[in-house]
Amino acid sequence: MPRVAHTDPEGERMKKIYGSAAEALDGLLFDGMFIAAGGFGLCGIPELLLDAIKDAGTKDLTFASNNAGVDEFGIGILLQTKQVKKMISSYVGENAEFMRQYLSGELELEFNPQGTLAERMRAGGAGIPGFYTKTGVGTVIAEGKEHKDFNGQTYILEEGIFADLAIVKAWKADTTGNLIFRKTARNFNVPAATCGKICVAEVEEIVPAGTLDPDAIHLPGIYVHRIIEGAHEKRIEQRTTRKKESA
Amino acid sequence: MPWDRNQMAARAAQELQDGWYVNLGIGIPTLVANYIPEGVEVTLQSENGMLGMGPFPFEGEEDADLINAGKQTITELPHTAYFDSAQSFAMIRGGKIAMAILGAMEVAENGDLANWMIPGKLVKGMGGAMDLVAGVGRVVVVMDHTNKHGESKVLKACTLPLTGKSVVDRIISNLGVLDVVEGGLKIVELADGVTEEELRAATEATIVD
Repeated sequence: MPRVAHTDPEGERMKKIYGSAAEALDGLLFDGMFIAAGGFGLCGIPELLLDAIKDAGTKDLTFASNNAGVDEFGIGILLQTKQVKKMISSYVGENAEFMRQYLSGELELEFNPQGTLAERMRAGGAGIPGFYTKTGVGTVIAEGKEHKDFNGQTYILEEGIFADLAIVKAWKADTTGNLIFRKTARNFNVPAATCGKICVAEVEEIVPAGTLDPDAIHLPGIYVHRIIEGAHEKRIEQRTTRKKESA
Repeated sequence: MPWDRNQMAARAAQELQDGWYVNLGIGIPTLVANYIPEGVEVTLQSENGMLGMGPFPFEGEEDADLINAGKQTITELPHTAYFDSAQSFAMIRGGKIAMAILGAMEVAENGDLANWMIPGKLVKGMGGAMDLVAGVGRVVVVMDHTNKHGESKVLKACTLPLTGKSVVDRIISNLGVLDVVEGGLKIVELADGVTEEELRAATEATIVD
C-alpha cells in the first residue's frame, strides 16, 4: 500500500519519499491518461519515471512534453513499446521511430509553439483555463482558435493544460518536496510539475528539510506529492567542445 | 563574391547594440556570437532557460545539465541567470528581448516569415520560433537569397506555412541587406562585389526606393 503523501490523516509530517520509481507511480497510472513531463531535449528529463512507466505497460498515453526523446532514451522508449497515443510538443526531431509512427498514422501529434506549451502548463497549474497570446497569429497554429484584439493587436486563445500526472526531474529535494534544479535542466520541469493533479519528482539527492536555503527553492513542495532519489544517466545529445589552445 | 556563412554572421553581428539582450537561432545565427564587435556587450538568451550564454566547454568539461536551445553543450558566464521555460518565454513574449536573429526558408515583402515546415517533408516542429518572432523587439533573418535551384527565397508572398505574419524587420542574405518597409523591401547594403542588378534579379519581392 503506497503512502498517500499529501493527505496524512494523522497530521504528522508529510511523507512523500518513495523507495523506487515503480512504488512512486503505484496507483497513479491508467490507460488513456494525460501526463505532463519536464525536460528539454534529453536535459532534465524524468528518465527513471519514464523507465517505470515503460515497465508498467500503461497504454494510450498522451504526453505534453517539449520533445519526444531519442529512439532509445527519454519518451522514445515508450514509443518503441507503442505506449504513446498522442504527443503535444514543440519539436520532435532526432527520433526515427517517432517519425515512422507519425507518418503511418499510429501516433497523433499536436504541435504547440514552445512558449505556448510552457504557458499552457503554467496556466493550468495556476488555475487559469485559457489565455491570449500573439504567438502563432496568422499561422496554422491559429486555425480554429478564438481571435481577439487588445489595444489594436490580434491575439489567439490558448488553453491551460490540466494533466492527470506530472513527472519531473530535479537536482535536489528536501524531505517535504521543495525542489532545486541545476542550470538549464530546470526548463519545462517547473511548469510541468504544477499542471498535474499529482506530481512525482525524481531527484539526484534528497536532503533533510531545513538544509536547503528557503530563499533558493525553485519549486515549493506544495506542488510535489511524491519523490524518489536515484542515479541518473543524464545523456548528452550534442557534445560540443572547444580546444584548450583556442581559448 | 556573395557573402559566405561567416561573412553573413559577421554582418549580422553589426546589428547588435551595447546592452542588448538577444536570442540567436540555430545555424548561421549561432555564428553571430563569434563576431560581436569590440566594446559591444550583449547578453545572449537561450530559450531553454538561460541568459548569459557562454562558449562551448573545453573537452572533458561538458555538463549534461548545461545546454543551449540546439541541445549543444555550452558554458555559463559570470552574469548568467537560469530560469524555467515559462519564465523564458514570458521574457520573449513580453518584449524584453531586444532582437532575435533567425534563419529563414522564405521571407515575403510584407515581413512574413516561413522557417519551420515544408509540407510533405519531415516536420520537426517550430520549437520557439513562433514565440520569438511574435514577441521580440526586432527580427533579423539571415539566409541565402536563393535556393539551390537559383530560385528566389525573398518573395512577394511566402508559399510555405508561416512562422509569423509581418514579423521580419531586416533581411541579411548572401547578396546584401534589405529592410522591410511600406510597400516592399528597401536595399540597405550590397555584399562586396554584388551589383544592385544581381540582387534585384535574385529577388522576387517588390523593391522600393
